[in-house]
Amino acid sequence: MCLGIPMQIQEINGNAALAAVGGTSRKIYLDVLDEEAKVGDYVIVHAGFAIHRIDEEEAKETLKLFEDAGYIALNQDTDGSS
Amino acid sequence: MKQDIRGKGTITLDHGGGGRAYRELIHTYFLPRFANPYLEKMDDSAVVEIPQGRVAMTTDCYVVDPIFFPGGNIGSLAVCGTVNDLSVQGARPLFLSAGFILEEGLSLNDLEKILIAMEEACREAGVIIVTGDTKVVPKGKADKIFINTTGIGIIQPGVDISGSNAKAGDKIILSGTMGDHGIAILSQREGLAFDTSLKSDVAPLNHMVRQCLTMSREIHAMRDPTRGGVAAALNEIALQSNVGIRINDAAIPVKEEVRAACEVLGLDPLSVANEGKLLMFVVPGDALRVLEEMRKNRYGKGAQIIGEVIPDYRGRVIMATAMGGTRIIDMPLGEQLPRIC
Amino acid sequence: MKYVDEFRNRDIAERLVKRIREACHQRITLMEVCGTHTVAIHRNGLPELLPKEITLISGPGCPVCVTPVSDIDRAIALSQKDGVIIATFGDLLRVSGSQTSLLKQCSLGADVRIVYSAYDAFYLAEQNPERQVVFLGVGFETTAPTVAAVIRRAREAGLNNFSVLSMHKVLPPALLSLVTSPQVKINGFICPGHVSTIIGTGIYKRVAADFHIPCVVAGFEPVDILQAIALLVEQIERGEAKVEIQYLRAVSPEGNLKAMAIMDDVFETSDSIWRGFGMLPQSGLKLKADYAQCDAERRYNIPPVKSQEPPGCICGDILRGIKRPPDCSLFKKLCTPDNPVGACMVSSEGTCAAYYQFSGVNIA
Repeated sequence: MCLGIPMQIQEINGNAALAAVGGTSRKIYLDVLDEEAKVGDYVIVHAGFAIHRIDEEEAKETLKLFEDAGYIALNQDTDGSS
Repeated sequence: MKQDIRGKGTITLDHGGGGRAYRELIHTYFLPRFANPYLEKMDDSAVVEIPQGRVAMTTDCYVVDPIFFPGGNIGSLAVCGTVNDLSVQGARPLFLSAGFILEEGLSLNDLEKILIAMEEACREAGVIIVTGDTKVVPKGKADKIFINTTGIGIIQPGVDISGSNAKAGDKIILSGTMGDHGIAILSQREGLAFDTSLKSDVAPLNHMVRQCLTMSREIHAMRDPTRGGVAAALNEIALQSNVGIRINDAAIPVKEEVRAACEVLGLDPLSVANEGKLLMFVVPGDALRVLEEMRKNRYGKGAQIIGEVIPDYRGRVIMATAMGGTRIIDMPLGEQLPRIC
Repeated sequence: MKYVDEFRNRDIAERLVKRIREACHQRITLMEVCGTHTVAIHRNGLPELLPKEITLISGPGCPVCVTPVSDIDRAIALSQKDGVIIATFGDLLRVSGSQTSLLKQCSLGADVRIVYSAYDAFYLAEQNPERQVVFLGVGFETTAPTVAAVIRRAREAGLNNFSVLSMHKVLPPALLSLVTSPQVKINGFICPGHVSTIIGTGIYKRVAADFHIPCVVAGFEPVDILQAIALLVEQIERGEAKVEIQYLRAVSPEGNLKAMAIMDDVFETSDSIWRGFGMLPQSGLKLKADYAQCDAERRYNIPPVKSQEPPGCICGDILRGIKRPPDCSLFKKLCTPDNPVGACMVSSEGTCAAYYQFSGVNIA
């Protein structure tokens, strides 16, 4: 129910930005993004809006676990409950 | 007194009236572009001589919106589409007719650009428009310009190509990247506008087909994957030939931009239209030879073998996914709609 | 494409499949809640890669599927009003109401425009001051904040020819209804990725703690989904029930508070009918009185429509994972993608549509 694609911000203009993926670029809106976005950041875009800024480190973490043959359990919910 | 109407404004109802304004329109805009002895005779019918053999005939109507798009316009489509329909039947395209329905208010400059594109496409394909017709309808009764082209071509003896001839074991060649045209069109649509350097792939493929036909007498079927994309074309052949088709996701050439645009809009590249590509079903022994020959042509540089015909799953198309799973490729429903879900 | 291609790596996928096979020693039923996951699973041919002991069932996270016929009828009724432009996401166009669909209405002269974002509808209203633009708000918590943001902008700008017909729903009540239903037997949830980006993982903690069902929030690429399945299987085998976030690059436990705040400013929950579930309390979103001007419900006198769920349709049971498409007497006979009866067949994400496409393929 949520098609969302990672796009990279190329330009910012108030609440709007130009974002690109694979050579295609589009105008997107930043109204509901909870962080300050910078040119060069990657964001997840759903229905024309950025909903989350992708943290490079967290993305790498998932990939790193794959590299370790995926036999390590991932971080659990970090607020202590489980 | 001949009025020079070039560049002056728009199509009016007078231009369709059959009288002086009509004649001036034809002489100023149409005839100069398509100059040839048949057309210049201005008879009610063109009389052509065709070599002995089976005649292939096809017709198509072009109503694309927008009429101008990156890589071409409705005129280039109108010629190439019909040339390609003949080519994938194994015919050498010879003569075209062109019928135009013009909306009152169409800019004459736009008309000229469209006709120039048709002239260029005809020249490249080596076909001539021998007869034509133009009507004008009041504003609102047509969307700027509609074109119909009908084409005839000749099929050499020994060539028997049909969507019902695909055989188990045949290799399937796709002549290049898929989805370029459809995405180029969508990028111009209001409300979905996105920037891309993608151009339509509209092109006449008859020379490429002729080259390939010299490499094999066992090309069984061909199709140009226009509306409905590769998915529709493959499903049609699977049904017509009553065979199964299996293709390999990893082997299908797709431009990065097409993939990305499809991701953004929630479309499947397999269902997106192409106007300068074809699918060819070849007996396995000849496939590599044909592929090599295709790649020598400018429109076949990106050609790949994408799959083969199988004896099971008759009437269906299945695809080995990049993950090693399998999915069915269905006949696309209709107009591809962008999704958010 | 960055952050996409890496998660489509075949080698990694194969290793994850191996991991799943090695871990799985019992029959397990997993539900992917989100329709976009259903599509991703079938598009990549994942079910046949999994051991036979694992069954995947599709849940109610398909906004189109759970929109009741009456809502579609009301949208269609609006499209028939003079001067109205309906702006909608493409997903809704082909869904059948009691008699017809928005697409069919176009051929009768209705002005229906496909938009990609709610802002497109806003601009449509600005550019057509003499017309009334009604935006069909459909979607869960991923989409609702975006619509809320545009509603606020419309009010700021004093745009008085723009309104929203809210058919939005929120996920937690449906999840809870699933786990409290005695008929439903789910061993683990593949939780939606982007809804969780907004709402965080709070609701899943309840499911895990109170109902002892493990929950893993998954991304949408095949490697994401396989990893989530591996984590769920391993938890189940260990008898655990925790919440884990596989989709670390997009989801945090607290979610997107700003988006939630915007959504809460404009919308309040209301009782809402879910196709197949009936009425779920506090499961829908309607505009608060403050934003009445932008509320199509309040602005238009939409004639009450006698809506009817098609007889024989068991979408409800399908959406709850109780039955599978082959159990439906209409499936493939009267109900096909070309002629869909129920919502599960209409939406490309619907269980029945996915099943229809996939049925018959059994590569050993």
